[in-house]
Amino acid sequence: MTPQDYDYLRRRLKERSGLVLSADKEYLVESRLLPVARKAGLTGLAELVHVVMSGHNEALMTAVVEAMTTNESFFFRDKIPFDNFRAVIMPALIAARRKTRAIRIWCAAASCGQEPYSLAMCLKEMEREIAGWRIELLATDLSNEVLEKARQGIYSQFEVQRGLPIQLLIKHFTQTGELWQLAPSIRAMVKYRQLNLLSDFFHLGTFDLIFCRNVLIYFDQETKSDVLGRLARIVASDGYLVLGAAETVVGLTDSFKIVPDKRGLYVPNTDWPKISRPTAGQRAPRLVAINGGSR
Amino acid sequence: MKTCLVVDDSSVIRKVARRILEGLEFQIVEAENGEDAIESCKRQLPDAILLDWNMPKMDGYDFLRVLRRLPGGDRPKVVFCTTENDVAHIARALHAGANEYIMKPFDKEIVEAKFQEVGLI
Repeated sequence: MTPQDYDYLRRRLKERSGLVLSADKEYLVESRLLPVARKAGLTGLAELVHVVMSGHNEALMTAVVEAMTTNESFFFRDKIPFDNFRAVIMPALIAARRKTRAIRIWCAAASCGQEPYSLAMCLKEMEREIAGWRIELLATDLSNEVLEKARQGIYSQFEVQRGLPIQLLIKHFTQTGELWQLAPSIRAMVKYRQLNLLSDFFHLGTFDLIFCRNVLIYFDQETKSDVLGRLARIVASDGYLVLGAAETVVGLTDSFKIVPDKRGLYVPNTDWPKISRPTAGQRAPRLVAINGGSR
Repeated sequence: MKTCLVVDDSSVIRKVARRILEGLEFQIVEAENGEDAIESCKRQLPDAILLDWNMPKMDGYDFLRVLRRLPGGDRPKVVFCTTENDVAHIARALHAGANEYIMKPFDKEIVEAKFQEVGLI
């Protein structure tokens, strides 16, 4: 791949997905895009860049973006966000939403589903407390390919062993050879949609909790600030934002405040000048009910 | 420094496990079978036990049942590490007092995740 080809791909990836690749990541681009080129019947990366440049193959450009933005995930990644979900976030939301008995959660970078399904398994464990509540769990990702895998809920032996406690594995999964499929009852708790965080997401409505983990790290400062600012407008004033271990709002936006002693957990800054911030009463059209009291 | 008893009849597996666990700052003790592992536990109980299932003399399942009846034998966190990768074996192991379960093949990330899960790291 020539330096010009690499620069072109970097520019297009930034435009399409916000992904920022430094000059030394050429090896990563080659390792991820060579299989894409082969699958498309092309001779190599030079031809792939040529076809993408022509602008006549949107499917190929989508495949390029998906190959470069697909990242490994695992169940209960980093553990602490899920401890906070059980011990801090859900108790607070249950107390605050006693009248509406409705909670909306958004996983903004769902990848292959491990994160939303980890939350769903936590919710399943607390079903007594939320019996009769309407809990919506929306999971989005840029990549249709990973969303399809997420919907199927089928994981390899390696994938189910990274972070998933063994008790939850035998409780919620069925085994077929070396593959494990999540129970339909847990899969049904999550609604998947394709969404690019660079595009407008105001139409999704207000959320009580947003998990936006391990995606901002791939953006430049300006894009991070932009996304955080727009997240602030759709999180309820008493809601929560959870970021990845290597991510922060510090120096990027004043719209969120750190929750002391709770790594990765943020709340909206009520002093932040709001531009028509939705309130908890303003709800988007309902996406999916997972706990309508039937269980 | 926490101690981990690695019980496996394969010297290759013991070597791989030692390398991974020493990287996680465990002091390693090795045993080739359940009987040797029981003797080791009688001398000194480790904080953690990485335990194979199929071994000569005494297998991992029988070892675990004996261990849990020893004075203080409820304390070590036991993580099975075996090719017995079916739900029935996993359920049996948990019923016998295993804390976690690793299905072979494994890598450093899996061992780290499982040890983290049971509070060893």
